[in-house]
Amino acid sequence: MPNGTESIVNEATGTIEVDLQARQVRKFRAQDSAFHYVTMLFALVVLAALVGILISLSVEAMPSLKEFGPAFLWTNVWSVPDDQYGALIAIYGTLTTSFIALLIAVPVSFGIALFLTETCPVPLRRPLGTAIELLAGVPSIIYGIWGLFIFAPLFADHVQPHLQALLGGVPVIGGWFSGPPIGIGILTAGIVLSLMVIPFIASVMRDVFETVPPILKESAYGVGCTTWEVVRNIVLPYTRVGVIGGIMLGLGRALGETMAVTFVIGNANRIGASLFSPGNSIASTLANEFAEADPGLHVSSLFALGLVLFVITFIVLAISRWLIRRGMGAEGL
Amino acid sequence: MDLYSLRIWKNRIGIGLSMLAMSFGLLALLWILWTLFSKGFAAFSWDFFTQDTPAPGSEGGGLRNAIVGSGLILFFTTLVSTPVGILAGIYLAEFGRVSRFAAATRFVTDIMLSAPSIVIGLFVYALMVETLGGFSGWAGSLALSLIAIPVVVRTTENMLKLVPTSLREAAFAVGAPHWQVSLKVTLRAVKAGVVTGVLLAIARVTGETAPLLFTALNNQFFSTNMSEPMGNLPVVIFQFAMSPYENWIELAWGGALLIALLVLGINIATRIIFRTKRNG
Amino acid sequence: MSAQPAESANGPSLQIRKLNFFYGDFQGLKDVTMNVARNMVTAFIGPSGCGKSTLLRTFNRMYDLYPGQRAEGEILFNGKNLLDKKQDVNLVRAKIGMVFQKPTPFPMTIYENIAFGVRLYERMSRSEMDDRVEWSLRKAALWDEVKDKLQQNGLSLSGGQQQRLCIARAVAVKPEIVLLDEPTSALDPISTAKIEELINELKSEYTIAIVTHNMQQAARISDFTAFMYLGELIEFGKTDELFVKPRKKQTEDYITGRFG
Repeated sequence: MPNGTESIVNEATGTIEVDLQARQVRKFRAQDSAFHYVTMLFALVVLAALVGILISLSVEAMPSLKEFGPAFLWTNVWSVPDDQYGALIAIYGTLTTSFIALLIAVPVSFGIALFLTETCPVPLRRPLGTAIELLAGVPSIIYGIWGLFIFAPLFADHVQPHLQALLGGVPVIGGWFSGPPIGIGILTAGIVLSLMVIPFIASVMRDVFETVPPILKESAYGVGCTTWEVVRNIVLPYTRVGVIGGIMLGLGRALGETMAVTFVIGNANRIGASLFSPGNSIASTLANEFAEADPGLHVSSLFALGLVLFVITFIVLAISRWLIRRGMGAEGL
Repeated sequence: MDLYSLRIWKNRIGIGLSMLAMSFGLLALLWILWTLFSKGFAAFSWDFFTQDTPAPGSEGGGLRNAIVGSGLILFFTTLVSTPVGILAGIYLAEFGRVSRFAAATRFVTDIMLSAPSIVIGLFVYALMVETLGGFSGWAGSLALSLIAIPVVVRTTENMLKLVPTSLREAAFAVGAPHWQVSLKVTLRAVKAGVVTGVLLAIARVTGETAPLLFTALNNQFFSTNMSEPMGNLPVVIFQFAMSPYENWIELAWGGALLIALLVLGINIATRIIFRTKRNG
Repeated sequence: MSAQPAESANGPSLQIRKLNFFYGDFQGLKDVTMNVARNMVTAFIGPSGCGKSTLLRTFNRMYDLYPGQRAEGEILFNGKNLLDKKQDVNLVRAKIGMVFQKPTPFPMTIYENIAFGVRLYERMSRSEMDDRVEWSLRKAALWDEVKDKLQQNGLSLSGGQQQRLCIARAVAVKPEIVLLDEPTSALDPISTAKIEELINELKSEYTIAIVTHNMQQAARISDFTAFMYLGELIEFGKTDELFVKPRKKQTEDYITGRFG
């Protein structure tokens, strides 16, 4: 039995069929192992892309990192004429806009998810859920152009003066709302960004809320709990991990978002005390300067910014995935 | 106030706030869409589709070169990311149940789904633009493919996991080799779902601007040469919207509407395809 | 162990020797030894989880698809141990067909559903293939119902028709053995009756092994019956004898409905 194929022979048939079968068996084995390795190769593409990003960004960022050292991360300078670069301005802009975005998006997304899973009339659930998902699909450049032409002027005329009047005198936080109300700036970028991440966070929250076994909720309703109490005492504790994962996913999106921010952040390379003042995020700095950057330290420093952004978002997204998976797997389903 | 009415009030406030949040979300959607449609439709005209992007300071003009450029870039993106994504998805579903390598791939795919697209642009710049000596449509397609592939991989894998075990076993039970079971039976059984994944990936990259900024760049003139910088809608919208020229800004709104219509259209189409296939 | 070698004029089609099966650490089959008689119907009965389906799935090595599942012992098929790693598993499956609990038509036309398996190990012309398709559909008593819609999707058929299509598909590759894993449990009584009739006709050319949770069905259609419990083969013999005067107390309890 050299190749294990002749053993099973239909007695009624002759040797020709045996040869064909043996040949087919060998062919299938070769094809199957080729199939395995070819598909594996394509799966490798995704891994290779990640490794490639890390390597190429590091290599390109090297001149800048060598020049400025780790101080690059906390240097409050970004000056093309002086060829001096530090990441602090862009990191500050990225973190502040993302933080503002989450501050608004988290409660709103929670409300939307709560509405869609608990209180929405059943016939409306699907269309409203779909609307939120469609909102998640709107390209970010649309949010950007809308923010620049529609939202920012309205914000400057009708919201910022009132905010200033209301909070400007308060110690500590008053300074955040000082300065000329020009519409564009860190605060506006944060608000536009929040509109962009709401659908993402709301969809994940809705999905994790749906993993709560109905029987658990029904037993709480059974002892006379109100909807709000069921959410507070059953749904939220049960889905805690997944909800945090959804928020982290939104944060990951917000940190790396380019277009929704670039249009409205004002593109100024300084850190203003006021949230009304223009600034720059990592992504908006790259979008504005990269294509026309001078070779040498400027380009290298932009790559270094990109590397910083990628590492931060990678960590945030990794935590988010881990939490969402844990939330959906271990506690839910 | 007694305990009972306190609880009722808390409930009312909670529910009321959630409804407020929902209305806020919907109003934002409607507001954005409404401005987009009213401003964008105003820009639509015969010239919009037949003229090329205007030079600074000149009158009129259209987005023909950008529309064709975007079409070409997206075409090659689809051409690359569909087979790569589907085969990688098959690997994860068929061979990746227990392997470490597959677990790592799955994890990285999830990350890449939300990774900052501008960083992908930087990567492709370093990989292709710098080494081959120039911005090009090809570089743009590669950057978009790297964003689209994870979407296709994930949907393909998820769809294949929905195939009933017995169908898969039945295909093995007639003596079929693994590749035929995968390609001719299980993949075919979830064809609608996989097509949905590809369409969603296209929708995802259609409006992507950041990765094109340093790869395809832009081109003021009509060109179908993928080896040259290529005009494309998102970058044109970005540059024109930031410009001081009235006619440029109007074109930017028109372009934004065009992209939004395309993306929303694809999203709605996928839902219809998927639903009818599932019910039918 | 009480397995009695089955008495059959034709000799055994499968000889199972000291078969043990493991799902990871859990032992699903314990020391099963028995023969499956050629051109007869052998039924496997027993309560849920007794190992009857597990046993059937070792005959075509379906467990190979799942890491962590493994079989030890011997199943001799035409004199060779089909559990042997060197034995090509695809070819084993081509020779030992299987029909599942739920109908599993492939997502292709009725014609292609049948031609798919045939094409794997046989070369034939279009007209030969047409003949084979018709032949197998006739064997499965489905030809008259589908002859005008061979190009329609297999999923367009009713549940009972789909199951007969699956039988036709299994028969079309001319296997020696057909394994049926609760083939009628998802079907209505009329479809069930048709399939039982079909099994009766098929046994003149094929060896049939059927797992069923329905004792009446086993009594109606099988020549030999194996009663399994907790992974062990408790009693095995001619169906008439096993149902009329079971030798083991457990068998008697089960067939009289006292447990299971």
